[in-house]
Amino acid sequence: MPQPKGGSSHRTVLDKLSRFLPQLVVAPSFLLILFFVYGFIIWTGYISFTDSRMLPAYEVQGFRQYFRLFAMDRWDVAFDNLLVFGAFYITLSLAIGCLLAVLLDQRIRAEGALRTIYLYPMAISFIVTGTAWKWMLNPSLGIESYIRGLGWESFRFDWIVDKDMAIYVVVIAAVWQASGFVMALFLSALRSVDQEIVKAAYLDGASTTRIYLGIILPSLRPVFLSAFVILAHLSIKSFDLVVALTGGGPGYASTLPANFMYEMTFRRNQIGLGAASAVMMLLTVAAIMVPYLYSELRGKRHA
Amino acid sequence: MPNSSRLAGANGKRRMAGRIFIWSLLLFAAFVYLTPLYVVIATSLKDLAEIRAGALLDLPHELNFSAWQAAWSNACIGVRCEGLKPYFLNSILMSVPAVILSTALGALSGFALSKFRFKGANTVFSLMLFGCFIPLQIVILPMAQTLGFLGIANSISGLILVHTIYGISFTTLFFRNYYVTIPNDLVKAATMDGAGFFQIFWRIMIPLSQPIIVVSIIWQFTQIWNEFLLGASFTTGGAQPVTVALNNLINTTTSVKQYNVDMAAALIAAAPTLLVYVVAGRYFVRGLTAGAIKG
Repeated sequence: MPQPKGGSSHRTVLDKLSRFLPQLVVAPSFLLILFFVYGFIIWTGYISFTDSRMLPAYEVQGFRQYFRLFAMDRWDVAFDNLLVFGAFYITLSLAIGCLLAVLLDQRIRAEGALRTIYLYPMAISFIVTGTAWKWMLNPSLGIESYIRGLGWESFRFDWIVDKDMAIYVVVIAAVWQASGFVMALFLSALRSVDQEIVKAAYLDGASTTRIYLGIILPSLRPVFLSAFVILAHLSIKSFDLVVALTGGGPGYASTLPANFMYEMTFRRNQIGLGAASAVMMLLTVAAIMVPYLYSELRGKRHA
Repeated sequence: MPNSSRLAGANGKRRMAGRIFIWSLLLFAAFVYLTPLYVVIATSLKDLAEIRAGALLDLPHELNFSAWQAAWSNACIGVRCEGLKPYFLNSILMSVPAVILSTALGALSGFALSKFRFKGANTVFSLMLFGCFIPLQIVILPMAQTLGFLGIANSISGLILVHTIYGISFTTLFFRNYYVTIPNDLVKAATMDGAGFFQIFWRIMIPLSQPIIVVSIIWQFTQIWNEFLLGASFTTGGAQPVTVALNNLINTTTSVKQYNVDMAAALIAAAPTLLVYVVAGRYFVRGLTAGAIKG
């Protein structure tokens, strides 16, 4: 493919330009990210140190917003909820996803169809998921009333309106949505396990259970780790599901930090406080992501 | 595929029991995953009297599509009673350009970062990758101000800009990791032949990129269509995407709560991404794992 030849005086400029073409091509995207990600993080961080209410103010007030934040019961509830939600959501999704993957790995004829069924919730928005579960879990017309209608008159399943249990309703819907995805992660990893070692263990007379517990599952450690990180990351960002499912209620019993941030920023004209809570969310994500990425990168360098 | 001698030692009866156990667990799981979808579809086809009778899991007595009609064209969202239709169109107008733009920018950056290892390329890539991990709450406030400053607050153009920018990190990751697997010799040979950057990109890389383009488009489309936080933060009224409109529809108080309309609206809002999943599930899974393992 011959290049069109320009005049000799133009050529040096063009040559120089074309030598830097890769950089020039990346530049717009890179600058956008620099400004809209890094610049905005600094901007939000700055606002969190001001007394901004309805409009941003730029006079630095120190850590006042953070002290206010930590003194608020609403934030305490949101952060505790995040811990409870995160713990159950991650553990249950990992357990169910892993179990389904191992079961599907047993030469199941309808594997393709079952996989499609387990994974479809991942294609749906949290708002739709929340809407659907809200409807099923409402005590007067949902599952509770259905089971009572079958004759079990004292059956109770009204977590969605119970302030101590509402956050677990969010867990149920979130696990329903994410466990199929964890299954897909594990299944593809199971398919890449070295079959020679497995075969050798069978010839040695090891049982299927022992082979899974002793050989296959331990070799999936990296997948456990990445699934854990992804789920932790998703749980910190969780916002829409709570909005659609419980609206944060009853009261604010099932709010998560992301909901707190939105409430303060857009509903209560407490921009400074909202910014402080956003910074706390970023730090929580960083506390999980930084060690993970660090170990990933270091692992690659040694490999 | 698991190896064939897996159950070699087991006798017939035990093997049979094992299979039944496995199948019953798998089918039970399938039942649990499908129940919400079934309930939503069934409810959307029932009339209100039937719904109030409380038989959640029963099949509808007859197929009644009036709730679908209402959800699409005349259900009330706030004070406007035009159904989901205008918002559904908003979501299309928002996601199509944002998907195309972010995919194109990601392909170009991915190509430049993988095949031309200029000084600092890895640092640039790492810095860009970081955009995949941030909780968007950290950028909402400045973004709202910037959109106002640019004069595109509360508009679909504003949402296109936002989704394009925050999609670039993912698409760059997809393309860069894909292009790394394509032999450098291909690019070298073309350079020897005098092909320039864009020629190589167009004539060599793009024809090879079909799978990753599909992954990127599907991933971005699903993300952008399903997104709620940005839509809710930056738009009100007529400019809202369908997820925000759906949430408002559900929360709009009417004298009689129309559960069937709510459920039909939820299905309408979910239909495009479900369709993509059914048609191109393979690529969907690949995007999930590729985007997820790193992100």
